[in-house]
Amino acid sequence: MTNEQIQEQLLAKFGDNISAFKDEFGMMSFEVSRDFNTEALHFLRDELGFNFLTDVCGIHYPDMETERQFAVVYHLHNWVENVRIRFKSFLNGENPEIETASKLYLSANWQERETYDFYGIVFTGHPDLKRILNMDEMVSFPLRKEFPLEDGSRTDKDDRYFGRIPVNANSN
Amino acid sequence: MSNIIAPISIQDKYADMIRQRENEDGSELSILNLGPTHPATHGIFQNVLLMDGERILDAEQTVGYIHRAFEKIAENRPFYQINVLTDRMNYCSSPINNFGWWMTLEKLLSVEVPKRAQYLRVILMELARISDHLICNSILAVDTGAFTGFLYVMQYRERIYEIYEELCGARLTTNMGRIGGLERDLSDTGFRKLRAFMKDFPVAFKEFEALVSRNRIFMDRCVNVGGISADKAISYGFTGPNLRAAGVDYDIRIVNPYSSYEDFQFDIPVGKSGDTYDRYCVRNEEIWQSYRIIQQALDKLPDGPIHADVPEFYLPPKEQVYTSMEALIYHFKIVMGEIPVPKGEVYHCVEGGNGELGFYLVSDGSRVPYRLHFRRPCFIYYQAFTDMIKGGLLSDAIVIMSSLNVIAGELDA
Repeated sequence: MTNEQIQEQLLAKFGDNISAFKDEFGMMSFEVSRDFNTEALHFLRDELGFNFLTDVCGIHYPDMETERQFAVVYHLHNWVENVRIRFKSFLNGENPEIETASKLYLSANWQERETYDFYGIVFTGHPDLKRILNMDEMVSFPLRKEFPLEDGSRTDKDDRYFGRIPVNANSN
Repeated sequence: MSNIIAPISIQDKYADMIRQRENEDGSELSILNLGPTHPATHGIFQNVLLMDGERILDAEQTVGYIHRAFEKIAENRPFYQINVLTDRMNYCSSPINNFGWWMTLEKLLSVEVPKRAQYLRVILMELARISDHLICNSILAVDTGAFTGFLYVMQYRERIYEIYEELCGARLTTNMGRIGGLERDLSDTGFRKLRAFMKDFPVAFKEFEALVSRNRIFMDRCVNVGGISADKAISYGFTGPNLRAAGVDYDIRIVNPYSSYEDFQFDIPVGKSGDTYDRYCVRNEEIWQSYRIIQQALDKLPDGPIHADVPEFYLPPKEQVYTSMEALIYHFKIVMGEIPVPKGEVYHCVEGGNGELGFYLVSDGSRVPYRLHFRRPCFIYYQAFTDMIKGGLLSDAIVIMSSLNVIAGELDA
């Protein structure tokens, strides 16, 4: 199965909702519109044999237009043909929401929780969407570009430099 | 910190189940905190278990106790300073993480690594795999009550660390390699230590196997404990020895060979039922296969340079910086970060100690990554732990966790 064949089949099935095909460092990547991510995953898994969800993660693009400020990236691997692909779904910057893949792949569960934890991307239909690596009391999303890294020149250990207070944790 | 005891949300969830059971037949369920610091968990994980006597009815993990936000830190560091972050993920096999990261960069920069460096990398990565599996299996034996085996093999991890020391000066967080190859060749003492290791290790490891593998108590504790079917393991994102124990021969070294793995002959051991004993056996056999690879790499080790000719990414020798204009310029440019890198997105994966260790790098052309995501195998397969221990005994949960080889640093990144 070549990348062209995959591209053809995807275009025949989803039309305009799949776009921006390109080949980067030997891996085909494309974009899937936000509303079709699970349908595309379903199709890729059951029809094209992408049986393994390698990775799910988020990216923040604050400089793009509002509709494309967040992206969820999926890496898939077809073990029979040994083909890897990657696709992105771009999300709205104010209200990043996308359907969960955890019903298709059990491994998506924690990876989506991690993405939510880092970026605040809401996965609708997720069985247990809560923070996973950071503390529950935290209110900001640390991997967004506007979140500052600890100041390297600080001389004390004030919590403010870790971004914890005043806005970052619930007081109770 | 509020979650030294079970987090409120989990307590609430279980409180209803406890009340309901009490009303039904008067029996009493209890909540047990296994961790965050517990000698049997080998790292900082908390498991909140809902227990009916000795039996586990439900469980939930809270992770993140040593989360250090590596992905955020990486977005603020030049490429070569990210290597020290990768050490601290799976610290039982840091060279694999190091070389995985360099290979990702080499893919982005289209750098061809010379054969000698590739073979040396293979030797070091396989040594790392041996030390990783050695710890996992011997600790598994300790958890079932056999301390002696652990003491037999522990000194061989020490000897592997001494070989690392000869190359890079460090033992645990190695920071090995550079873009395009290695920072220096393995010294003569290093080769001598490596040959001595190759001579002595099989004897000790055979002794370990003779002591543990067919031990009655060990088998009773491990056979048919924590099994997982191949389908479920794939869906849960298992990779590495844990997946191979379930009978799937998926190994990145074969599927997407890197660093000249295609030059070597080795077998991929697989298990059948995916239980604790299979995981143990697969790891043991992988140690022998790694040993085989090192032997072949040592025999075939070619002469030649230990790094690619990429002066814009590979620091010149220090004495040249003081005497040669060109070296001074490159030194300045590398340190001050004036070398442009290509834009693009690259995913590279290596077979880590626990499975597919992936690096997803988004480069916007600047000296720091725009986004760097680590695919940590532990993090992904540890979510199956609840499923694997449900309905079992508490003592089984300890053994299962030990055999999964969950490394806290990799889990939390």
